[in-house]
Amino acid sequence: MSGAAEDGLNLLKNLDYSVVQQCMHCGMCLPTCPTYAVTLNERSSPRGRIAMMRAIADERLEVSRIFAEEMYFCLGCLACQTACPAGVDYATLFESARAEIERVGVLDNPKRNAIRSFTLGKLFVSQKRLHFLGRLLRLYQRSGLQRLVRGSGLLRLMPKSLRELEPLTPTVGAKFTRQLFEQEYRAKNPPQPKYRVALLSGCIQDIAFAQVNADTICALQENGCEVVLPAAQQCCGSLHAHNGEVESARQLARTNLDVFDLDSLDAVIVNAGGCGSHMRHYDHLLADDAQYVQRARQWSAKVKDIHEFLLEINFRAPEAKGIERKVTYHESCHLKHGQKVSEAPRQILNAIAGVELVELAEADWCCGSAGIYNITQPETSMQLLDRKMGHIAATGAQIVATGNPGCCIQIEHGGQRSGIELEVVHPISLLADAYRAEKEEV
Amino acid sequence: MTAVDFIAEFRQFLKADQVLNTPEDLSVYAFDGTATLHQMPACVVLPEQVEDIARILQIANENQIPVVTRGSGTGLAGGSVPVEGCIVLCLVRLNRILEIDPRNLTMMVEPGVLTQKIADEAAAAGLFYPPDPGSIKISTIGGNVANNSGGLRGLKYGVTRDYIMALQVVLADGQVLETGTKCVKDVAGFTLKDLFIGSEGSLGVITRITLKLIPPPATKKTMLGLFDHMTDAAQTISAIIERKIIPCTLEFLDKVTIKCVEDFAKIGLPLDAEAVLLMEVDGHPAEVEDAAGQVVEIAQQHGAREVRLAATADEALKLASARRSAFSALARLAPTVVLEDVTVPRSELARMVAYIQEVGQRHQVRIGTFGHMGDGNLHPTFLTDERDKVEMERVEAAMKEVFNYAVQLGGTITGEHGVGLAKKPYLADALGPVAMDIMRRVKASFDPHGILNPGKIFD
Repeated sequence: MSGAAEDGLNLLKNLDYSVVQQCMHCGMCLPTCPTYAVTLNERSSPRGRIAMMRAIADERLEVSRIFAEEMYFCLGCLACQTACPAGVDYATLFESARAEIERVGVLDNPKRNAIRSFTLGKLFVSQKRLHFLGRLLRLYQRSGLQRLVRGSGLLRLMPKSLRELEPLTPTVGAKFTRQLFEQEYRAKNPPQPKYRVALLSGCIQDIAFAQVNADTICALQENGCEVVLPAAQQCCGSLHAHNGEVESARQLARTNLDVFDLDSLDAVIVNAGGCGSHMRHYDHLLADDAQYVQRARQWSAKVKDIHEFLLEINFRAPEAKGIERKVTYHESCHLKHGQKVSEAPRQILNAIAGVELVELAEADWCCGSAGIYNITQPETSMQLLDRKMGHIAATGAQIVATGNPGCCIQIEHGGQRSGIELEVVHPISLLADAYRAEKEEV
Repeated sequence: MTAVDFIAEFRQFLKADQVLNTPEDLSVYAFDGTATLHQMPACVVLPEQVEDIARILQIANENQIPVVTRGSGTGLAGGSVPVEGCIVLCLVRLNRILEIDPRNLTMMVEPGVLTQKIADEAAAAGLFYPPDPGSIKISTIGGNVANNSGGLRGLKYGVTRDYIMALQVVLADGQVLETGTKCVKDVAGFTLKDLFIGSEGSLGVITRITLKLIPPPATKKTMLGLFDHMTDAAQTISAIIERKIIPCTLEFLDKVTIKCVEDFAKIGLPLDAEAVLLMEVDGHPAEVEDAAGQVVEIAQQHGAREVRLAATADEALKLASARRSAFSALARLAPTVVLEDVTVPRSELARMVAYIQEVGQRHQVRIGTFGHMGDGNLHPTFLTDERDKVEMERVEAAMKEVFNYAVQLGGTITGEHGVGLAKKPYLADALGPVAMDIMRRVKASFDPHGILNPGKIFD
């Protein structure tokens, strides 16, 4: 516990008290909280977590291990923020609490520290290192080694936590976004564009779902946009901000602000719900940075989710006659609750000929992916996934559309776990395919 | 017996996650939905079966340990705020629907079932459970019974009490009482169940509830009346009632509340109106058509600037859910929101509303008012900051005057939230010594050691 001398550093105490006091504990968030639904213990509810934060700010409670574990049990799905009539800024409270936990170090142990330092400190701060890891994984998956390992029972020799993780490893695409862009899409930019936009290629999206980035570029180009892909862009930093590494998050934000030429852009486009939610808050993240705050504000105003942007520019419905198929839509938490983008993806799906959109029960209930939650809290994550898969099965859809790479990996895994044959796609991939089909028809 | 001892004893028959006593756990059960009230309990228990509740109460009774029963903790009068050294008995894990009986139109449930779930399950069975407190999405039925909760449909369909057929109650000494039946008529002995409804956990612990369900109305129409003066809206209500029309909902929002609700719900509420009335009539299509026409006419006669008709059921639902968020949405304006619950005969609404405005100005406190005007139940909400002691004193003074005036007009200090701690100081004046004495004697006969929610309602 931090001593009195350190109190000036307590991030929860330093928060504007109005943020903590905004919660008037009415309880309206409780029925929307997936972790409260699991435990029915007030401590695992947004209201309970905020009460603990307030108690810490008021010096009635210490930043303890129990508090820390509870804050990492929280999914950070922000469903409570949508439900909250009082307008509590849970995202800020959540990030400050985790940052304070890391500052105090109540959860420190050598293994956790090593993993955090490698992933948050080394891997996800460098696109180069991510690409390197991506190539290794690609080799593992394509050489037949993965099949061999899975078949051989070698996995049983690994610790349980790692063994359960292996199926969640995303399949690495044949090419990363940059290659696809240079080899194919740069040349397809319209000669007289109506808009000039830049794409954030992301970290996981870039390695495992580069095709989604290509589809996004395609959909934008089909709607009169010139797309640029700034080189040297980095991970958006959401992973860091959500896991208590605010300083790294700030550094990544600054790098991105340096490499995106905002003045020349109409929008910064993002197709991953989690990234977009974080990127919109660069202004907030860098509010105290005199050198960057101005650019950060400009950035936050220009960040657009791809669905939202296409709706804004009155996207063109593809003409192609698509094949008849049932599609259901799972809402990425940070797209729905973080960015309030909920209707736009449905409108896009409905505009695609042949797509019959079937509503998913609890569509905006977290699938359990939640950043790295499926790694840190596998048990709860799988409980949430099973709940999700039950609803998906009930729709009878063969295709699940969702706007976040984490959800894609998780639900694909859910399909394998529950034996449901499923295709998990980004809504924009279906749109881009429909645009491409127009040309094939001619 | 010290807290350490009884916690150890509870652990003998409850699982680890059912007995909580870390500072973290205690701090999150130290409050309910009421502003400014806070008290740490000695421990929290989350029983999952009635037998365990009986054992807990036996131990508590023998050792005279106070027990505060709660559900989701959404109470607005401090009824479920812990008392010092108490056991918090949290019933949210008793959350099963035990039976839906379509032949008798009843539903039997455990106390921790959410009210919304009951409404949904009734609807799925082609039936209707009308009581719909503002917190319906998270309030538990046990809490509704213990507080005799009302809601938006009170004027036509009544309150929770009107839907209770039978109760199972664990008494202070651990005995289990069954009171009431599925029979529509039942006069065998005193109607003991009625004593527990609205008793705020002070007479026993309600562990099973048999609810009455009714057939749902065939259709409904929802209207939104916009007014430039609050008193015009109030007079519209009185006139509707006088014309012998009983809508299922007649809700009122003032300008301050409208803005907050619109900020949250973004459904296009008029920000320039001084007041809006959300009016809903339901029943047979012909009857609904006729009543809706009359309601529009009456509103226009009383100065409504405009009356809008909800085009779809979805739009009507959005209006009602937006209204339900009013109390919490007001928290956008101030760190502390103190919600009051005065109720007056409907003929006196215009006077009460004008008085609340006047009191607010005189004491220089901000008040947002909304409420179930159709049944005379108003929710003047004081927007303040609990850290500002001087302003809190003005709030107290203003509140007291509002209560006194409501009683003068033949009204009551609380229509649906209960007395708890928040209204306790005003109860004796409102009810008089005879009623207070009888209540104390009833309490003593059910709970001789005074372990059940002590210090609530009265001392």
